This record gives sequence, C-alpha cells and structure tokens, in this order.
Amino acid sequence: MDMNKTDVIVVGSGPSGVSAAITLARAGKKVVLTERGDDSGDKNMFGGEIYTNQTLDIFPNFIEDAPIERSVTEQAFILLKDKDSLKFAYNNGENSIPNSYTVNRSKWDRWCVEEAKKAGVFYAPKTLVKEIILENGRAVGVKTELENYYSDIVIIADGVNSILLEKLGLRKEIKDSDVTVNVKEVYKLSEEKINDRFNIDEKSGFGAKILGGPLKNLFSIGFLFTNRETISLGVGISLDDLKKIKMKPYELLEKLKEHPAISCYIKDAKLIEYSAHMIPEGGYNSVPQLYSDGIMVAGDAAMLVNNVHFEGTNFAMLSGKLAAETAIEALNSSDFSKKKLSLYEKKLKDSIILKDLKLHKDSVSFVKKHINTITEIYSEIICDIFKTVTYSSSQPKSKVYRNLLFKILKSNVIFKSIPIFLFAIRKCLKK
Amino acid sequence: MNINEKLATLKYNKDEKSHLIVDNEICKKCKNKVCLYVCPADVYSYNDDTDNITIRYENCLECGTCKIACPSKNIKWSYPSVQFGVKYRNG
Ligand SMILES: Cc1cc2nc3c(=O)[nH]c(=O)nc-3n(C[C@H](O)[C@H](O)[C@H](O)COP(=O)(O)OP(=O)(O)OC[C@H]3O[C@@H](n4cnc5c(N)ncnc54)[C@H](O)[C@@H]3O)c2cc1C
Ligand code: SF4
Ligand code: SF4
Repeated sequence: MDMNKTDVIVVGSGPSGVSAAITLARAGKKVVLTERGDDSGDKNMFGGEIYTNQTLDIFPNFIEDAPIERSVTEQAFILLKDKDSLKFAYNNGENSIPNSYTVNRSKWDRWCVEEAKKAGVFYAPKTLVKEIILENGRAVGVKTELENYYSDIVIIADGVNSILLEKLGLRKEIKDSDVTVNVKEVYKLSEEKINDRFNIDEKSGFGAKILGGPLKNLFSIGFLFTNRETISLGVGISLDDLKKIKMKPYELLEKLKEHPAISCYIKDAKLIEYSAHMIPEGGYNSVPQLYSDGIMVAGDAAMLVNNVHFEGTNFAMLSGKLAAETAIEALNSSDFSKKKLSLYEKKLKDSIILKDLKLHKDSVSFVKKHINTITEIYSEIICDIFKTVTYSSSQPKSKVYRNLLFKILKSNVIFKSIPIFLFAIRKCLKK
Repeated sequence: MNINEKLATLKYNKDEKSHLIVDNEICKKCKNKVCLYVCPADVYSYNDDTDNITIRYENCLECGTCKIACPSKNIKWSYPSVQFGVKYRNG
C-alpha cells in the first residue's frame, strides 16, 4: 500500500485541480494529480477568457511564460434584432494590465500541469478515477480503471459532470435549470485578417457577449472571442429552455451565425473545431456538500460559477487553492475529519466565491422570470432608440419621435422594467 | 452547416463498447424523447422499424447533458475508458 500512498490525491486537472495540486506541492506536500484525458485539456473547452488577478495568484509568471492567445482589451455587447444590431464596447485604458486573456484550453491546461510538475506534483494522465474508496465512511483513496491509490485526503475537481459526487451522494440530483448546454466553434483566420476585422493589433483582443435575435426570450447568451489565429464563437442555453424550444443546441448556433452582425466576423474563415460542454448555472442553491471525512470538492464540481459575470475559471482556481490550504492544515495536524475540513467551507464563505454566489442566489431565477422584458428592452427598444437617433428618413422628426414613443408605451416596457431596476438596486446595496 | 460537418472537425478514438446505455423498454414508453434533440452531437436517433433508440456513442462529446435531460433517468452514463472518446485540440 505504501508505494501507492500519498498525502493528497486530486481528481481532475482543470483549473481547480491544478491550482489545488500546485498549492500543496509548493507547501512541500506529496500530491498526485489525476486526469482522465491522454493529456490535460484534451477533454475540456470553454469560451473563453481567464482572469488576470486570480490567475496571477496561482501562476505569477503566466503573462510572460504561458501560451496565451490575446489579451482581451475590448469587452463588447452585441444586441441583436431581426436584422438590426447594436454594438457597444468597453475598452481598458491603454497602459493598464488587461483584465483577462483568451487561451486555448488544450495548450493552457497542459502548460499549467507542466508548472505543477515543476513544483513537485506527481501527474497521472490517462487515469480515470471510477470511485472514491471509503473506509468507515472516510475517504482513503481512489479506485481507477487499473489500480487503487491511497491518500489522507481526496480533492474532487472533476468538473460539472461530476460522476464521483453523484456516486458519493454528496450532491442532489442536478436539475435542468441548474445547467446550460454550450456549443462552440473555432474558426481559423490569419492573424492579420483578425486584426483588421476586429480593429485590434498584436497587443489587443476582442471579447463579446451576444443577446437577442434568435436568443430572444430565452435564457441564452452567445459569446465571441479573438484568439491569435482563430475566432471562438458559441452559444449557451439553459437546459430547461432548450427542452422547451425543442431545438438542437447547434441549430441555435447556426441561427446566430446567420445574423449579419455575427456572420461578418467568421466570413471566409474555416471551421476547425466544434465542441460542447455544460456550465453550472444553479448558483448558491445548487452548491453540494463541500466537504466530508477526507474529502473536499472544488471548482465546477461544486457548482462554483458566477453566471451573472461569466466567472468560472477564477472561482475554480481560488476554490482549488482554498481546498489545498485546508488540506495543508489538516495534514499538519493529522486530522482529516469532516470537522477539520469544514474549515474549507469557512474559507469559501470568507472569500469572494460564496459571497458573490450568495449575493446572486436569486438572480438567475429572477432573470429567467423577466427574460422577455429584458430581451425586449435590450435587443428591441434600445436598437429602436439608436435607429431613431441615427436614421435619416423622409418623415418629419416629430412623427418619428412619436412613433417611437408609442411603440415604447405600447410595449409597456417602462412599467415592466421597474422590478428589474429595483432588483438591481437591491443587489447594489446588499452588504 | 450540418452536424456531420461539425463532427468531422474532431479527433475521436472509438471504443468497441458503448459508454452510454439505455433500457429500450423505458424509451418505448417515453413521450418526448428529449435525448433526440438536446444532444449537441446527435448521438441518439429513433429507429421507426424497431421502435428502438440507436446510440452512436462514438460521436459523443462527453458533455453529460443527456443524462440530466432524460426524464426517466434512463441513460446509464459513464466516461469512456481512458484513451477513448473525443480529444479537443483547441478547447
Ligand atoms: C462554453 C463555456 C464558456 C466558458 N467561458 C468561460 C470564460 O470565458 N471564463 C471563465 O472564467 N470561465 C468560463 N467557463 C467556465 C470554466 O470553463 C469552468 O468554470 C472551469 O473550467 C472549471 O474548472 P474545473 O477545474 O472545476 O473543471 P474542468 O475544467 O471541467 O476540469 C475537470 C477535469 O477533470 C477531469 N476529470 C473528470 N472526471 C474525471 C475522473 N473521474 N478521473 C480523472 N479525471 C477526471 C476532466 O477531464 C477535466 O480535465 C466557460 C465554460 C464553458 C463550458
Ligand atoms: S429521453 Fe430517456 S427515456 Fe426518453 S427516449 Fe431518450 S433515453 Fe429513452
Ligand atoms: S454526453 Fe453529451 S454529447 Fe454525449 S450523448 Fe450525451 S448529450 Fe450527447
């Protein structure tokens, strides 16, 4: 047994698992990081952008050394109407550090694991953990397809589709409303063409969220990111809405791609990869039991995603780190009990993770309830207002204004937005 | 663009046995058959002649959606064995 015994086993080498493992190794603990893929990142996809602050905390050298694609200097929203659209973007000031970077998960995850190996992590790819081994209710190791490995603590970081938590009974059955289904396409285009098309250069990059149009009245959002020589375009939709519209997720993406405001970006570009993945959307109320005897749960497996702000990897990294810090204290006192590991939940509560999830615990259900009004305001009314301001028609302006006013009044959008503004104000004032 | 063109961009290593199993007796009684449209890879199809669900597991993207979506929890879902299944190069 000794040959196969270590201090901590981490299951899954995504952002949460690798952060847990590297934190433990840096503290001199023996840690095995398992991954079911042939290599890290083989099974993973995301939008996506990683956030500078949290990533620097785990990988201080990432900006210089990691295979990043582009910094995201322009954060846009694209609002769609039938054929019209409205685009607005926030730009980071030129000299400030970018808030995020786009990465290719296959390359990025692999680089992170290399860093972890340098710090002393024992990495075990091609290792599918089938079960957690329990002894008197306490986790003592993992059962893989080939053999058993033993440890004092197991950190479960196996992602949203966590088979392990299900088997352990640590989480309730996931509901349709707890997840979104996401599909993404990656398009190849020369760096120059991307720079031209998005009005960026080698030091900058573009990211966008897409609302309205074919996604109108659905809890669904599109995303678009520039990488060095590729463009990522995708869409996510809550599983309950997907069931309602009886449409295949990629058909929704096809509809989005037909809109002129979107098709212009991928014109003449070659599709080089299609992918799909779920995102936890259930928020605070869907968080499972986060610890048990000898066990902690981090990242997407623990449903730690702030879906209001599209934050996932940062919470994954931070929760992995906090689980590792708890494990270090537990190892130093040789106490792996549930009581000792409850410290992890305390750390999460004191961190932005559970604070933000708690703040937004009713936000997704609220947005879903008001989705028609929200998409009406965003994609229809705002587009119409801009059209009125910019469009030179043969009608006198008084008539144009009146038409717009009647349209707005008729839609009753002002009255219907009151609860939305009140909700937003309540969130701003919450301690 | 149809789904086959999309899936053709992917690298798969096909296992001999399926990692997705359904009980067709339960499927026969299933009204909405949501697995037919929630799956991003069209893995499930319905065979009129046999009244059975056919599973093209080799196209699976391992996302887990079908397992949650099936109202009868009728999909016995496991990850493919190591070295099998999909392999992303961009992610
Ligand atoms: C479409 C999409 C867009 C997104 N966009 C963004 C974005 O722009 N910014 C952002 O911050 N977040 C984004 N996210 C969320 C982000 O990707 C996740 O929150 C993050 O990857 C979670 O990290 P994790 O380590 O917990 O899980 P994962 O990244 O899912 O990693 C889990 C790992 O565990 C492995 N594994 C699973 N089961 C086993 C097992 N039994 N044995 C061994 N290994 C196993 C998997 O192969 C995988 O490598 C997006 C997600 C999606 C799907
Ligand atoms: S949804 Fe479930 S029960 Fe219904 S046909 Fe599909 S697999 Fe069978
Ligand atoms: S896991 Fe995803 S891709 Fe695979 S069959 Fe289920 S829904 Fe389809």
